[in-house]
Amino acid sequence: MLPGILRDVIFDYTLRNVALGSALLGIVGGVLGTFAVLRRQGLLGDALAHAALPGICLAYMLANSKAPLVLMIGAAISGWIGTLLILRIVEDTRLSEDTALGVILTVFFGLGIVLLTYIQHSNDANQAGLDKYLFGQAATLVQEHVITMAAVGSIALALVAVFFKEFKLLSFDPEFAASIGFPVRGLNVLLTSSIVIAVVIGLQTVGVVLMAAMLIGPAAAARQWTNRLGVMLALSGFFGAASGVVGAMISVTGSRLPTGPLVVLCVTAIVIVSILFAPERGVVWDSLRRRSNRRAILEQGQQP
Amino acid sequence: MSAELTVLLTAIFAASACALVGTFLVVRRMAMMADAISHAILPGLVFAYFLANGPNLVAGVFGASLAGLATVALVEALQRTGRVKSDAAIGIVFPAMFALGTFAVSKWFSNVHLDADAILFGEIAFAPFDRLIIAGRDIGSQPLIVLAVLSLLNLVLVLLFYKEVKLATFDAGLAASLGFSPVLIHYGLMSAVSVTTVGAFAAVGAILVVALMIVPAATAYLLTDRLDLMIVYSVVCGVVSAIAGYYLAIELDVSISGMMAVTMGGLFAVAALFSPSYGIVARARRRAVQRERFSVDLLLLHLGHHPTGDESVAHLAAELDWPRARLQRAIRQAGAAGSVAIVGERVRLTPDGQDAVHAIAQRLSPS
Amino acid sequence: MTVAGTAATAPVAIRDLTVAYREQPVLWDVDLTLPEGKLIAIVGPNGAGKSTLIKAIMHLVPRTSGTISIFGKPYEQQRRLVGYVPQRGSVDWDFPTNALDVVQMGMYGKLGWVRRPGKRERETALACLEQVGMTAFANRQISQLSGGQQQRVFLARALAQDAQIYLLDEPFAGVDATTERAIIEVLRDLRSRGKTLIAVHHDLESLREYFDWLVVMNVRIIAAGPLETTLNAENLHAAYGGKILTLGAIGQPQLVGAE
Repeated sequence: MLPGILRDVIFDYTLRNVALGSALLGIVGGVLGTFAVLRRQGLLGDALAHAALPGICLAYMLANSKAPLVLMIGAAISGWIGTLLILRIVEDTRLSEDTALGVILTVFFGLGIVLLTYIQHSNDANQAGLDKYLFGQAATLVQEHVITMAAVGSIALALVAVFFKEFKLLSFDPEFAASIGFPVRGLNVLLTSSIVIAVVIGLQTVGVVLMAAMLIGPAAAARQWTNRLGVMLALSGFFGAASGVVGAMISVTGSRLPTGPLVVLCVTAIVIVSILFAPERGVVWDSLRRRSNRRAILEQGQQP
Repeated sequence: MSAELTVLLTAIFAASACALVGTFLVVRRMAMMADAISHAILPGLVFAYFLANGPNLVAGVFGASLAGLATVALVEALQRTGRVKSDAAIGIVFPAMFALGTFAVSKWFSNVHLDADAILFGEIAFAPFDRLIIAGRDIGSQPLIVLAVLSLLNLVLVLLFYKEVKLATFDAGLAASLGFSPVLIHYGLMSAVSVTTVGAFAAVGAILVVALMIVPAATAYLLTDRLDLMIVYSVVCGVVSAIAGYYLAIELDVSISGMMAVTMGGLFAVAALFSPSYGIVARARRRAVQRERFSVDLLLLHLGHHPTGDESVAHLAAELDWPRARLQRAIRQAGAAGSVAIVGERVRLTPDGQDAVHAIAQRLSPS
Repeated sequence: MTVAGTAATAPVAIRDLTVAYREQPVLWDVDLTLPEGKLIAIVGPNGAGKSTLIKAIMHLVPRTSGTISIFGKPYEQQRRLVGYVPQRGSVDWDFPTNALDVVQMGMYGKLGWVRRPGKRERETALACLEQVGMTAFANRQISQLSGGQQQRVFLARALAQDAQIYLLDEPFAGVDATTERAIIEVLRDLRSRGKTLIAVHHDLESLREYFDWLVVMNVRIIAAGPLETTLNAENLHAAYGGKILTLGAIGQPQLVGAE
């Protein structure tokens, strides 16, 4: 049986949870990040992740519980509110999207810090751990987290599986999608909600500050290796999972280093290799081609 | 100087130094680039401190500025490859730099006086205890002096290059033809952002530096069209938030820098909603008025098309495809202006209305 | 009631249409009934609202007033009868997909929710690519196609919609001569099968050669009717205003000077 095999491979309870949890966040982040990147909403993911912080604190204060589902719901709600506010600012004021992102990201994060210090200073013995949401700490993952992450994450993945063709057209040509009768607004809400889920799942492991990298990096790397959306989704999920697991393992076993930065460094390594060396789209091949062309022209010039 | 006053003044100078450069970031639509820089200076700071054997001010400024400029160059290089879009390029570079910085801090340089919390939201409450010592003499609180100098420096820069930056922002082509290199101004501004970030970093942390730069400037942008006034409003808004944020934070026993950002957010929300020129409420009201006037125009023009100049209300509603209430309002207003008369269930253009139709057609005919 | 009579059967009938952006009219009081089985050009200066008119027909932009009917019924009920070729520049051509896949998107509306395109859709898509002379490029990543080839892929996608009315937003903008010929051949073929083709067009010189019906507009409709009677200096002058237009010796309109 599979659990038996798993137990053989991963002997340790903590390690198993860490590996499963970070693989999950990597897959969900990579898959939904692909849509975020294709729709040029990568930085919206960044703002959303920061905007989730006050939600985590408020959920804890209101429910007086650190149950992963409670905190995730709090994070999702405030992330959603932040996203809506950004869209409204862009729509209803003269400010650019870029400024709207900056304002919401920093103000929500500031509010998160205020709430975090409020909880810390109110001498609550149970509070330890909320600050782990800043940079992420994979070692704090327990089975309950992993199960919650799997349940919530599979909703997001199921949505992508069911609405693959709709999300594809929505990302490529939303106007055409509307012309053939797709409910573009509803699909937008669905897709953005899935991205919110992807962010929320990753917060405990990677942290609010660096979560954007888990959406953007794997997708940008995956785009280099394929011209098919389906393959890109799979590859992006794989890259995300691989960096998640490797980063988390180093974090848990090697030292007490925060997990987020380690995971992001793994993602970055994959991105660098992909952008430089991927077949066809690799930047290195471009410059090699240019150089050999230049040489060919020079040689032709010398031997008329 | 009392400890409280030191902290308060540090907060005020941090806010004003940031607001001065922030204005240009907002009008140049580079808010997220500033966010990226604020994260990305971390590795520069860490390696500089390492080389200088401690949190040396001068080394820190150099290292962090280099890292800031490297970030801008890296993002631009990544965009130029055409392999990733601009937002993804920013989203790849700054997390990588920040991750490198935090990794380095926790792995090798735990002695360099930077911990994760301080990186994120700073230690402004410690400002009185962080002394600037030159040649063995205690000059005063280092963050306070640094930020006061930075405020002055940024003010001088703004006064000196106001015209050039303004021109480069609104008409890069003209600026270039007049001999002000937009690239130079761009990198100059990015340098100012980097240096200001380094200075404010220790007090308010990486992310809230961006709040201090962007939020007051965004608020000011909602209040005025004039760049010079925008700078003034932005600084005022920053300073007010710093003072209010400080006292609120003391009262509630929470993070001072966090509270400063929240206060700025509050001011921003007020401006976004209630600014007389660009506020959401004023805008909605103006549009409602325009919309009504527009509805009347449409109604008159529609009636003008009919040879008899009159039409039943039910027919009008169907043809214009308007809800009843909107049609009734338009008819009422047109009636009040004397353009239409209501005869039983029918609406009829008056002679005044005929003239109005001509005027509308005239106004809308292509020039 | 002859107007109402034709409006009930016309492929596109527009009554009292006004579209405003921030209460600034983009289309003003448009009444237009288009005939079936014609190649119809919409011309007018930049900012005349030509694309907006096309989008308004498909309810892609909110209307301030007015009604639009497709063969006598609202657009929502007649969607399947309308094919759309957007401006080429409206999408990101670096999207990870190939020509065949884009063409299959034309059938998403008929496929309905959840169902994926299968073998039949693939064959239809290939047939559509063949019609525009793009069979060889079916599996080509779309960013590796030339501008003209991309435009033909968009046309093939509309063909895959198997519609009665085709709305084309500047189908000839920035394409090569081969593509221009291929596109006009496809459009003529569609016309011969009784389809109605409505295209936003920029090039006044090719009007007479390509189209048989004309809409001249500038925010308002200035003239609409058969090409022979509608294409004249007066109408074009009314639309293009300051830009002086003359009809050359052979009746070809020429842009003489732009002010």
